[in-house]
Amino acid sequence: MTDVTASGVPEAITTSDGVPLKVSLARATRRQRMQALLLVLPLLLFLLVAFVLPIGEMLFRSVYSPIGPNVLPNFSKVIHEWDGEDLPPEAVFEVFVKDMTEAKKSNEIGKTVGNLATRVNYEIPGSRGLFTKSARKVKNITEGPYKEALIALDKRWENQHIWRTLQRISSNYTASFYLAATDRKYNEDNEIVRADPLYQIYLPILGKTLWLSALITFICLLIAYPVSYLLATLPLRTSNLLMIMVLLPFWTSLLVRTTAWIAMLQTEGIVNNILVFTRVISEESRIQMIYNQTGTIVAMVHILLPFMILPLYSVMKTIPPYYMRAARSLGATGTYSFIKVYFPQTIPGIAAGTLLVFILAIGYYITPALVGGSDGLLISNLIADHIKKTLNWSLGSALGAILLAIVLIFYWIYNKLVGVDNLKFG
Amino acid sequence: MVRFQNVQKSYDGETLVVKDLNLDIATGEFVTMLGPSGSGKTTTLMMLAGFEPATHGEIYLNGNPINNVPPHKRGIGMVFQNYALFPHMSVAENLAFPLAVRGQSKSEQEDRVKKVLEMVELPEFGGRRPAQLSGGQQQRVAVARALVFEPDLVLMDEPLGALDKQLREQMQYEIKHIHESLGVTVVYVTHDQSEALTMSDRVAVFEDGIIQQLSSPEELYERPENSFVAQFIGENNKLRGTVLEVGRDKLATVKLDSGDMVKALAVGVGAKGERTLLSVRPERVAIEPKKTRNTVTLTGKVEELIYLGDHIRTRMSVAGHTDFIVKVPNNAEHHELSEGQTTTVGWQAEDCRALDDMAA
Ligand SMILES: Nc1ncnc2c1ncn2[C@@H]1O[C@H](COP(=O)(O)OP(=O)(O)OP(=O)(O)O)[C@@H](O)[C@H]1O
Ligand SMILES: [Mg+2]
Repeated sequence: MTDVTASGVPEAITTSDGVPLKVSLARATRRQRMQALLLVLPLLLFLLVAFVLPIGEMLFRSVYSPIGPNVLPNFSKVIHEWDGEDLPPEAVFEVFVKDMTEAKKSNEIGKTVGNLATRVNYEIPGSRGLFTKSARKVKNITEGPYKEALIALDKRWENQHIWRTLQRISSNYTASFYLAATDRKYNEDNEIVRADPLYQIYLPILGKTLWLSALITFICLLIAYPVSYLLATLPLRTSNLLMIMVLLPFWTSLLVRTTAWIAMLQTEGIVNNILVFTRVISEESRIQMIYNQTGTIVAMVHILLPFMILPLYSVMKTIPPYYMRAARSLGATGTYSFIKVYFPQTIPGIAAGTLLVFILAIGYYITPALVGGSDGLLISNLIADHIKKTLNWSLGSALGAILLAIVLIFYWIYNKLVGVDNLKFG
Repeated sequence: MVRFQNVQKSYDGETLVVKDLNLDIATGEFVTMLGPSGSGKTTTLMMLAGFEPATHGEIYLNGNPINNVPPHKRGIGMVFQNYALFPHMSVAENLAFPLAVRGQSKSEQEDRVKKVLEMVELPEFGGRRPAQLSGGQQQRVAVARALVFEPDLVLMDEPLGALDKQLREQMQYEIKHIHESLGVTVVYVTHDQSEALTMSDRVAVFEDGIIQQLSSPEELYERPENSFVAQFIGENNKLRGTVLEVGRDKLATVKLDSGDMVKALAVGVGAKGERTLLSVRPERVAIEPKKTRNTVTLTGKVEELIYLGDHIRTRMSVAGHTDFIVKVPNNAEHHELSEGQTTTVGWQAEDCRALDDMAA
């Protein structure tokens, strides 16, 4: 017990020259801490540049969309005053026509009418032509009334929906990419609704990604558990050999392994050939095992298996054989001992392995891209599409952010259930 | 109760870890297997518990051969060296495990667990995890778990190996006490000879897969049958020589390598001309003994004196051996010795045992 003064507060311990012990200790360890900091500094910098900044950038992009204000700077300032009823006032139309005339002259990336048209087209599919066509002719409108003149140019300018959309995108920040990423949109009355069934792609793919990842994780666990058990219990020489076989895939390029599966599983591939040769199936009914979900599952299980085996193995390695012996000496059958004594002790390994495999699986890209065909695609393939093909980086970022959120949620749930401190990764 | 008949065991098919083991253990007996590391004690225990098959021979439990009975059907309680308490279960759950396996109801289980916790004096600890107990407490729980389902036979493999000396001694007493009050048969493994001597009814001294001697602690100490046992149990003075003759009174005449002629009790020697190792306990050796009919005397030179309070440990060179120990009691009439001094040492011929010479 420390001395407690009359007030009930423990008295601070001091060194012989009266400096509080804590201060003195802090001083003494300061140098050490500085050294430690210096040692980890390169890693911290690397993490900052390679991890924190890109993620920050991604999160920022998913809500930041300055095209409206960039292309129509003055219009963006005044449109906010419109209450959304009927059509905007004449003054707003005037500013719009002038901004459009200016914008037509610009060819700076991010500030052209084309950019604006693309942006609005995300919100109202098919509206692109309205903007490009109007932009060509808008310079002819030199005097009011601007409203009538514009509507005369194209009937569609009478549509409230266009103006509401323009009002919405005239801010630098927007939630519309998250809406798009969750198959939602604003309807003509500015309410958030489900997208048309035809355009609902992201949620189903996200759902499929989660389901396939869970399935892959489960299959990995089923295969990895006995293998890890063997690894942990076999004599050293045999288990080393087995370990090399487990690690072998790590030493082979991902691409090679994936294409090997193509060679194995395609309709003219080895597996089908053997099945046909042994007359299990007929020549006409060769099974489609690749370029679909089956292909994705098989190849991903293969690739992710070591990530399940290693944590399981490292946990099982620490479980001495005498627990099972003790259980059996107490009268339990082998199965009962396994279920009640061995299995519970491997849970930290199962938790670590499933968490690892699941997280890797929901973000997996290259394997589904190569062997997934169209129905074996996962959400990351869509993200890659948006980054590389459609160049809608903001939507890609929003999808990425949702994926990140899902990973964090799973991590949180695991932490609640198992405790992250209990995880054993190797 | 337990019977090993010509049991042999080999792990690799090349060397025998247990060689021709024959052992009978009576009901209620406390038998200890004592021996150096690697002598096959654990292996023997594992064969009895059913975790290792015997390579040859038969083991009987209550008269029935059990070679083909799986471990969980043998009904043998076992205390492991590392306790093997299940880390993910509380103490009470650990203790209830063998009861649950046997299909006892929850209330029965609780009753038994409570009783057994009281027996090992840990009534308050049922809710804790094994990791939250001290080594001694874990040890008690391990003993309790091996006893809770009331087996007739309990095996303990170096159960006190991990404890410090004081706790060991206390636990030795407690285990012995439990054994006496419950009347279970105990087969105990240790490589601590004082533990074996204080606890057991009989001790089996293992060496190299063979039981060298199986007898009561007193027998073992007073009348070792071979030189290994004599060396292994307690302290011993060794003198090497050759047998000249074995008389009718079982006394052998031995010519020591130094040339001295002595008489000793023939135990492990028969024929004339055989090499022998004479063994005599330090406490049976006297300085300048009174001569009686069978007193053996030799001259010795004092090499070193170590004062130990109640006795003075004296290292001497006798008949060419420089590590001859004499315990001189620190009583009123003891001889004052000084280093370098030459004197006579002597003992009764019956106290000196002529054993086989392992080195020969
Ligand atoms: N599972 C095994 N496989 C192969 N050899 C073994 C095995 N277990 C034990 N041995 C060998 O058998 C011999 C006897 O081992 P055992 O464990 O019975 O000794 P012990 O008397 O219990 O020793 P200790 O006092 O060190 O526990 C040793 O040489 C050991 O190397
Ligand atoms: Mg052992």
